[in-house]
Amino acid sequence: MSQSRSHTGRTIAAHAVLLTYTLIALFPVFVIVINSFKSRKAIFADPLALPMPENFDAVGYTTVLQQGHVVQYFANSLIVTVASLFFVLLFGAMAAFALSEYRFKGNMLMGLYLALGIMIPIRLGTVAILQMMVAAGLVNTRTALILVYTAQGLPLAVFILSEFMKTISDDLKNAGRIDGLSEYRIFFTLVLPLIRPAMATVAVFTMIPIWNDLWFPLILAPSEATKTITLGSQVFIGQFVTNWNAVLAALSLAIIPVLALYLIFSRQLISGITAGAVK
Amino acid sequence: MGALSLSQVTKAFGKTEVIKGVDLTVNDGEFCVFVGPSGCGKSTLLRMIAGLEDVSGGDVMLDGVRINDLAPAKRELAMVFQTYALYPHLTVRENMGLALKQAGEPKAKIDASIARAAGMLALDPYLDRRPAELSGGQRQRVAIGRAIVRTPKLFLFDEPLSNLDAALRVATRIEIARLHRELGATMIYVTHDQVEAMTLADKIVVLRAGRVEQVGAPMELYNNPANTFVAGFIGSPQMNFLKSAAVGQQGETTGIRPEHLTIARDAGQIAGQVSHVEKLGGETLVYVRAEPHGLLTVRLFGEHDFAVDEAVWLTPDATRAFHFDANGARLR
Ligand SMILES: Nc1ncnc2c1ncn2[C@@H]1O[C@H](COP(=O)(O)OP(=O)(O)O)[C@@H](O)[C@H]1O
Ligand SMILES: [Mg+2]
Repeated sequence: MSQSRSHTGRTIAAHAVLLTYTLIALFPVFVIVINSFKSRKAIFADPLALPMPENFDAVGYTTVLQQGHVVQYFANSLIVTVASLFFVLLFGAMAAFALSEYRFKGNMLMGLYLALGIMIPIRLGTVAILQMMVAAGLVNTRTALILVYTAQGLPLAVFILSEFMKTISDDLKNAGRIDGLSEYRIFFTLVLPLIRPAMATVAVFTMIPIWNDLWFPLILAPSEATKTITLGSQVFIGQFVTNWNAVLAALSLAIIPVLALYLIFSRQLISGITAGAVK
Repeated sequence: MGALSLSQVTKAFGKTEVIKGVDLTVNDGEFCVFVGPSGCGKSTLLRMIAGLEDVSGGDVMLDGVRINDLAPAKRELAMVFQTYALYPHLTVRENMGLALKQAGEPKAKIDASIARAAGMLALDPYLDRRPAELSGGQRQRVAIGRAIVRTPKLFLFDEPLSNLDAALRVATRIEIARLHRELGATMIYVTHDQVEAMTLADKIVVLRAGRVEQVGAPMELYNNPANTFVAGFIGSPQMNFLKSAAVGQQGETTGIRPEHLTIARDAGQIAGQVSHVEKLGGETLVYVRAEPHGLLTVRLFGEHDFAVDEAVWLTPDATRAFHFDANGARLR
């Protein structure tokens, strides 16, 4: 009995910690969203007040949406994020499969080399990357961003996915080989569905930094046609005057697509875990 | 057709040699069992026959053709795995039909093969289910069905019963024996369980540490083991090994099976003390501590009462004793 009580106690403590953390993490987002619906005066008078009929003002949203290019910025962000994610997951999973499935000379070294990027920030190479993009004529294209983000996401993807690949039963792959499936079919139809939860985890970890990045869009693709939403929101932040309504509205809107992607991946995560592999 | 022959086959993983030169022939229609302790290389040898592992040296021949470098799917063999290895995203029907579909067979022929295999294994009610909706025993029957559908030259089984519970294991064992009679196909079956080996095999291959210790029919191995390893591995409970000098026999070690030892309270050749009794109903196993031999097992028919620590006498049936030299090789 005492054991069950201490168990309840521990559960409560754990939930208290988690709830506190959730509140702290969500607080800035909450403040941004509520203030985006308030008039400029109300934002500064009482930043924590909820939007009420007397202080309600959607001027931020109308400014942002009238600013013509916003839809384009959103599209750019989505295209870059989704395309980078696709390549990171595809190439990451393929490399992980090769590393864990085939015995070849330098297998271990290759794995280490591919994982090295986790510890070396890609921004250290910004100058070289910019020179390369200029030479390749890719400046001010979304392709430039997609290439850089794919390179940035691959090390962690290869590292996490190759750990998961090792847990997949050899018997299943061997059964496929005996039944005459090609290595590609084995990879795409037998292995990939079984590592879906891991892929979803990698997708979430990869997606957020890409969506939020300001650095590479500013350096590689600052043109009006290729701006991402994070960069696009900066037009409202001036050196002398900042249109806070518009900044807050733009940031609030920027949360929506990434939230949608996250929900899709987390569903994958859960369904992957509950479906389970057949032993 | 399906005659397999291995000559001087070896396998090394890096520097460690796992299969150290195996010579073997398996005749068409034979049920051959590889048996040996865990880690002796049974699965590796089987995977080499299947083409799933490269052969480091020697030749693997199927019906007189060297198949060392042939892809697994081209070898006309089928394999049943310990973990079933069913495709989770396909139904039972699709699981069974995949190999024929890959080989480009017409749909009518595939359907007929599936129907025949499903009939043999009573799988008809499950054809449209997915593997996740089946019990362990049903999954293993589907895996066996998947092998039958291909009408291969050679069936390979890698410990197919290890993940099943005891009752299901016996039932599936009987089913595999029946399938072998009905199909008349060549089968190679890997197990570490000597009971499965004895009950299924036409020919048993006893492996130890990558080498073949002895090849023969089950009763040949039982009645005529080549060394102490085979003598100890075949037969259950295990053969007793006595110090020859202490019982006036030739050689270093004298082997006597538990059923060939008699036990008495008044007189006998070896004095000992009962250390444990197992009553199984039909038979009674008496474990007797007798120095200098160690713990000896006596197998008696029917029910018998012996008390723990009781003093008893054992007498081996000298006509059924085996003699081995100091290296464990049989003296004849
Ligand atoms: N891929 C591999 N790499 C290195 N060693 C291996 C590999 N596969 C098996 N072995 C080794 O080969 C030996 C035989 O393995 P295995 O054939 O699976 O034994 P068994 O099936 O008889 O239990 C074991 O010692 C195992 O450690
Ligand atoms: Mg094995």
